[in-house]
Amino acid sequence: MLLTRLRQTLALLALVAVGNAVAEPLKVGFVYVSPVGDAGWTYMHEQGRQIVSEEFGDQIETSFVEGVAEGADSERVIRNLAKSGYDLIFTTSFGYMNPTIKAAKRFPRTTFEHATGYKMAKNVGNYMTRDHEARYLAGMVAGAMSKTDVLGFVGAFPIPEVIRGINAYMLGAQQTNPDIKMKVIWVNTWHDPAREREAAESLMLQGADVLAMHTDSPAVIQAAEANGKYATGFNSDMSAYGPKAHLTSAMQHWHNMYRAKIQAVLDGSWKPTSVWHGLAEGANDIAPIHKDVPEPIVALVEQHKAQIIAGDRSVFQGPIYNQSNTIMVSDGQQMTDAELLKFNWYVKGIEGKIPQ
Amino acid sequence: MDIAFIDNVLFATVRTATPLLLVALGVMISERSGVLNLGQEGMVLVGAALAFIAAYVTGNMGWGIIAGAFAGMLVSVLFAFIALSLMANQVATGLALTIFGTGLSAFVGADYVGQSIAGLSPISIPLLSSIPFIGKAFFAQDIMVYLSFCLFGGLWWLMRATRLGLIIRSVGENPEAAHALGYPVRKIRYCAVLFGGAMAGLAGAYLSLAYTPMWSEGIAAGRGWIALALVVFASWRANRVLFGAWLFGFASILHLLLQGYGYAISPNLLAMLPYLVTIIVLVIMMQRKQGGSDAPRSLGRPFSPSR
Repeated sequence: MLLTRLRQTLALLALVAVGNAVAEPLKVGFVYVSPVGDAGWTYMHEQGRQIVSEEFGDQIETSFVEGVAEGADSERVIRNLAKSGYDLIFTTSFGYMNPTIKAAKRFPRTTFEHATGYKMAKNVGNYMTRDHEARYLAGMVAGAMSKTDVLGFVGAFPIPEVIRGINAYMLGAQQTNPDIKMKVIWVNTWHDPAREREAAESLMLQGADVLAMHTDSPAVIQAAEANGKYATGFNSDMSAYGPKAHLTSAMQHWHNMYRAKIQAVLDGSWKPTSVWHGLAEGANDIAPIHKDVPEPIVALVEQHKAQIIAGDRSVFQGPIYNQSNTIMVSDGQQMTDAELLKFNWYVKGIEGKIPQ
Repeated sequence: MDIAFIDNVLFATVRTATPLLLVALGVMISERSGVLNLGQEGMVLVGAALAFIAAYVTGNMGWGIIAGAFAGMLVSVLFAFIALSLMANQVATGLALTIFGTGLSAFVGADYVGQSIAGLSPISIPLLSSIPFIGKAFFAQDIMVYLSFCLFGGLWWLMRATRLGLIIRSVGENPEAAHALGYPVRKIRYCAVLFGGAMAGLAGAYLSLAYTPMWSEGIAAGRGWIALALVVFASWRANRVLFGAWLFGFASILHLLLQGYGYAISPNLLAMLPYLVTIIVLVIMMQRKQGGSDAPRSLGRPFSPSR
C-alpha cells in the first residue's frame, strides 16, 4: 500500500520534471458566438484557427468553445479558459467586448484579443477585418444587377460594424447604378434562420430584387433563390445555398492576423494593438462572381479592388452625402478609422432611419 | 397597397404561424390530459435535425417528414417514462428534455450543417389559389401547411365533439375520477405526450424542410417556448390556438414590413410586437368569455393509480 503510493508519487514527480524540461506549447483558446457549421462568420474564424494550428505545429495547442451567447455567460466561458491555463484567448464577436475586458482584469497574465471591438487594456488587444472593402465590391455587383433599382439589406443589430457595411454596400452600388435605393430591415439577432428568411421575403415584397445580409445564416440567399431574385452573401462563399441567386460574397480571412498575434506572444513581443486589415493584407476578399454578371462590371470590380489594394482608392472617400443631402465627407477627403468605428449615419440613397 | 401585396403578407403570416400551430396543438393535447411538458423546444430541434438528415440521405421529403415526427415522438417517450412511470417532477423533466434535445440535435446534426436540400415546394390548388386575398395564403402553400390545417380540423373536432376528447379532458381534470370510472389514466397520458412529441417533431420538420431548408444548430430559435405560452393564453382551445398563432405570425411579418417602409421605431420595441399583441388579445379574450382561464385542473400533477 505504502509502496504503491510512493511509486505513484515518484511517477508524478517524474512527469512534472519532464513537463518542465520540454517547452510547453502556448495554449490558444477561441470563443465562437455560433456553431462552427460550414459557412458564416464563425466558420471563417475556425478556418483561421485550423491554418495557424497547422503552421505552428507543436509550438501551440489550440481549442475552441462554440455557440457561446454574448453577454454574462460569455464572461464565465472566457474566465474558465483563462483559469484552465490558456495563455492567449481570442474572443470573436462584438458582444464579448465587455466580458473580455472584465475577464482580463481578473487574469492579468493571460493575453486577450477581441475581434471587432474598440476597447483595449494592458492585456487586451483587438483585431478586425475591413469588411466594408469587400462589401463595397459586392455592392458594385448588386447595383449593376438590380432591375427595380432597390436593394434590400437584412441587418442583425444597428451597431457601427453593421452600419459601415450597409453604407459601403450602397456606395459600391452607386458606382454601377446611380439611381439605386436601399431598404434595411433589422432582425435583432445574429442567428435565427426563419426570421432572417422572413425579413428577406418582406424586402422582396417591397420591391428589392438584390439582397444582402449581415447575419450568420444563409437563409437570405435561400429566400432570393426561391423567389428568382439575386443576393450577395457574407463571411464565406455561400453559392451552395443559391446557385442561381448568389452573385458573390464579401468574405473574411483571419489567419494572417492570427499568425501575427500568436507569433508576437511566442516571441514575447506582444503589446496591446488594434489591428485592422483589409483587401490589401488578404484579410478580405469576394467570392467568384456569378456568370450572369456582365463582363464590363466584373472588370470594373477588379479595377476598384486593385485600386483599393494599391491604396489609390478608399471606400469612404469624398464626396459622400448623408440622407438629407448634407455633405459629410468633402471631395478629396476620406473618413478616418476613428470615424469609421463610430459610424452612425446612413449615406444618401438608403431609406429609413437608424434606430437609436 | 395592391392585392398582390396583401396576398403575400397573408401568405407569409400563415407560413410563419405553421410551426407554432403544430407545436401548440400538440401541447394542447398533452396539457389537456394533465401533463405539462416543457421539453417542446428540445423535441422541435430533434425533429428538425432528424427530418433534415432523413431528407438529405434518402432524397425524399416524405421520409424527412416522417422521420421528424418519429424523432419527436421518440424523445417524448423519454419524458413520458420519467414523468409518468417514475413520476418525477414534470417541470424539471421537461426542462431537462429541452437541454437534452438541444444537445442531441446539435450532436447528430453536426455533419449536416451547411448541406443543402431542395426543400418542400408549394403546391397550388387550382382555382382556389386564385381567390383574392386568401387564395395564396391558404391554397398555395406546401404540403406541411395543408397537413397543419387538417390536424387543426381533426383536433378541434376531437376535443369538441367526441367521446375520446371528453376522456382526455377528464383525465386532465380529475384523474382519480377517471380512474374510478375505469379509464386507463396513465395510458391515455402516455398517448397524449407521444402525440405532442410527434407534433413538435413535425414542427421541426417544417422548419428544416420547408421554411429554411437547412440544418443549423438552434434552428427553432425559441419557437417551442412561444408555443407553450400560446396554449396558455389560448385557454387550451384549438380555435384560439390557431387564431393566436396567426396573430403572432402576422405581427412578426408586420414588424419587418414596417421597418422596410422606414418607420423609425426601435427594432427592440418592434421585436416585442408579436409577443405583446398576441398576449394582449388572447388575455382579453380569456377575460371576456368566461372569466379566468380554464387550465386543466390536474395539469402537472403526477397520478398514480395505487394511491
